[in-house]
Amino acid sequence: MSDDIDSFKQPRGLRIATNIFLVVWIVIALFPFVWIAMMSVKSPVDAFSANPLRVIVGPATAAAGGGVSPLALGLLAALGFVALRLWRRHGADALARATGDGDSMLRWALLVTAAIVVCLGALALVPSALSALASLGTAARLPSVLVEPIIGSTGQHYRTVWITDGFHRQFVNSMVITLGVVTVSLSLGTPAAYAFARTPSRLAMGLLIVALIFRSMPHSVLVAGYLPAFINSREFLTPLWTSETWGPFFRLFSDNAPTLYGKPWAIVAVLVAINQPFTIWLLRSFFLSVPKDLDEAAKVDGCSDFGAFRRVIMPVMWPGVITTGLFSFLLAYNDYLVCALLLDAASQTMVPTISQYINSENNLTDQLRAIAAAVSVTAPLFLLVLVFQRQLVSGMTAGAVKG
Amino acid sequence: MRTRTFLTFIAPSFVLMALFIAVPFVTVFWQSFNLSRGVFKTVTVELCNPGFLGPPTCTRETRSEPVRGPDGTPVTNNEFVGWENYRTLLQPDAVAKAMAPGGKGVSEILSLDFYRALRFTLTFTFVTLPFVLILGLVIALAVDNATKAMRGPIIFASLIPYVVTPVIGALSIRWLFVGDGILVQALEHFLGRRVSLFSDGNAIELLMLFYRIWHVAPFAFIVFYAGLQTLDKQVTEAALIDGASRWRRLLHITLPHLMPLVIFVSLIHLMDAYRVFDEVIGFNAQAHRISLQWLTFYYLTPDYTGNRAISRGSASAMLTMIGVVLLLIPLLVRTWRDQRGTR
Repeated sequence: MSDDIDSFKQPRGLRIATNIFLVVWIVIALFPFVWIAMMSVKSPVDAFSANPLRVIVGPATAAAGGGVSPLALGLLAALGFVALRLWRRHGADALARATGDGDSMLRWALLVTAAIVVCLGALALVPSALSALASLGTAARLPSVLVEPIIGSTGQHYRTVWITDGFHRQFVNSMVITLGVVTVSLSLGTPAAYAFARTPSRLAMGLLIVALIFRSMPHSVLVAGYLPAFINSREFLTPLWTSETWGPFFRLFSDNAPTLYGKPWAIVAVLVAINQPFTIWLLRSFFLSVPKDLDEAAKVDGCSDFGAFRRVIMPVMWPGVITTGLFSFLLAYNDYLVCALLLDAASQTMVPTISQYINSENNLTDQLRAIAAAVSVTAPLFLLVLVFQRQLVSGMTAGAVKG
Repeated sequence: MRTRTFLTFIAPSFVLMALFIAVPFVTVFWQSFNLSRGVFKTVTVELCNPGFLGPPTCTRETRSEPVRGPDGTPVTNNEFVGWENYRTLLQPDAVAKAMAPGGKGVSEILSLDFYRALRFTLTFTFVTLPFVLILGLVIALAVDNATKAMRGPIIFASLIPYVVTPVIGALSIRWLFVGDGILVQALEHFLGRRVSLFSDGNAIELLMLFYRIWHVAPFAFIVFYAGLQTLDKQVTEAALIDGASRWRRLLHITLPHLMPLVIFVSLIHLMDAYRVFDEVIGFNAQAHRISLQWLTFYYLTPDYTGNRAISRGSASAMLTMIGVVLLLIPLLVRTWRDQRGTR
């Protein structure tokens, strides 16, 4: 290893400079999010104070009665520490056991759903747990220094956003669209990517290039094409619904030809199509790393093409599928342009809704409301990075390193 | 794999792409040469007020009303207009006037929406590129040299700006600088005067550039870092024995090794930065700085009468495509060569 050789050692100055630079980068990378998260739990007086310490500690918020006491702080720190230790020691094993060696998408989906539910539940319980702890502390006649809140925090803005403004509706819309995109995108993309990885013909090469051209299309160009068609879709879809042969089939879904504008499943189709080129390229690079001998052995043993794909290749492909699924998730979850133009107010997702919040920012409380909504959208992504760090990195490098 | 099986495997995916990417593209091309307008007719109506004392007062007035079809929806008329939509966008007359002697020149052209968007988009695309590459490279080299314990937290922290919703990432930076944001207050404290960044176009542009560098540098870092892991240590050792300094090793061994990745990151970055859109929304910058994609978005958004300027939006979309095609060519050439090589 390089570290064994004396001359590879860095001069001390360089080493210190490197570490300082990296710490600065970590601060720059995280500061905006950490800061708005801090603001979102403070009353306006504290959140917009010129004194950064006030924003962190929040004396006015604490004086108004909300906050974390030293007792609660200690308890939270202990809980966090224990959870971290448990995760470090048993996390990987538990995850592997819960997902059954990772060969079942359904179990993964269930696990992720369970994780989301648990996190939301925990968040909902925090305020009442804090007040219960405070009354318990008072009842036990603990010194008031321990029980009085020192760090002010309030869930008021989150309550306004999620309960009064009904942000949960947008959350549900986002989740429906995102999960729809991930599922459909993967089930269409996986066989296609497998076919591309196993076919070295000129036709396959050409089609891959076509997919790359499709990927480069700005989304606004595509939406300009969808809009008139989506708004008038009832008109030109009606022949399908009234035709003799296909009519009964289409009427199974709805009585009349639908207007595609504002329909979540139409957006799912759009986002899947937009995402398909990237999905195919990424999955293909993972399939290329699965040795060809494997499917040939399966075919010798009597599997059909599809059988080899399903029974032999897919079980070893789950890491690649999960990585690709993550990127599909991010595309759908982060999309602004397509959803803003093709969905109506009732079916709108979270991100475009936030931009409406900022357009109606009249006073500081409104701004804090928008900030709370933004933090709510960002929090799941933090969790995602925490859990799937390795998969994200492998996805980002897959295209570059392998071609 | 036989061609037939191959086609069956890829069919669902390509049917969807044909329906939702190829067909819309063709219709946009067609729409950009057509103008769809509601058909209006002038009708004369008599309005009468019941008289309070005396006879009712009646007035006749002519007004235009949309013609409605049998099902009650307004009838629209599609008309082939040739280059008309492009002309309203590019305004060749105004450009000629600005460039003619006595005109105000480039500054006047840049006040026209399309050229304003084009100017910002191009500046944005090419100015961010070197910063992204250099910052990405420096972080990668630093992490490669850092103590192992630092690596996990750095990769976590770097992934966050890359993964978080672009609109929200931009917003979170905006909130630090807008109104009573903490950084603007710090700035005011040091400068000793009021600062209002969001009334100044240049300041907004600077923040947008900063946002994009902050957002994409992690991608460059991760790719370069992965590249550094495949660097042959023996070559570096040989150079060391020959007495090459740290700087010369970087210049003559590490950088040439990373060159294909630098090109890859550049191409991807150029493609993505050219499509800049989310920043304009996140920084609420439309009054000062707009991009080509935002211009199309703007035409497609209903105005206060509920009309969408779809024809003009299509024309601006097609003009945006010119840049995409120019940027796409080197990427395609590279991909074609690589893929032939791996076969």
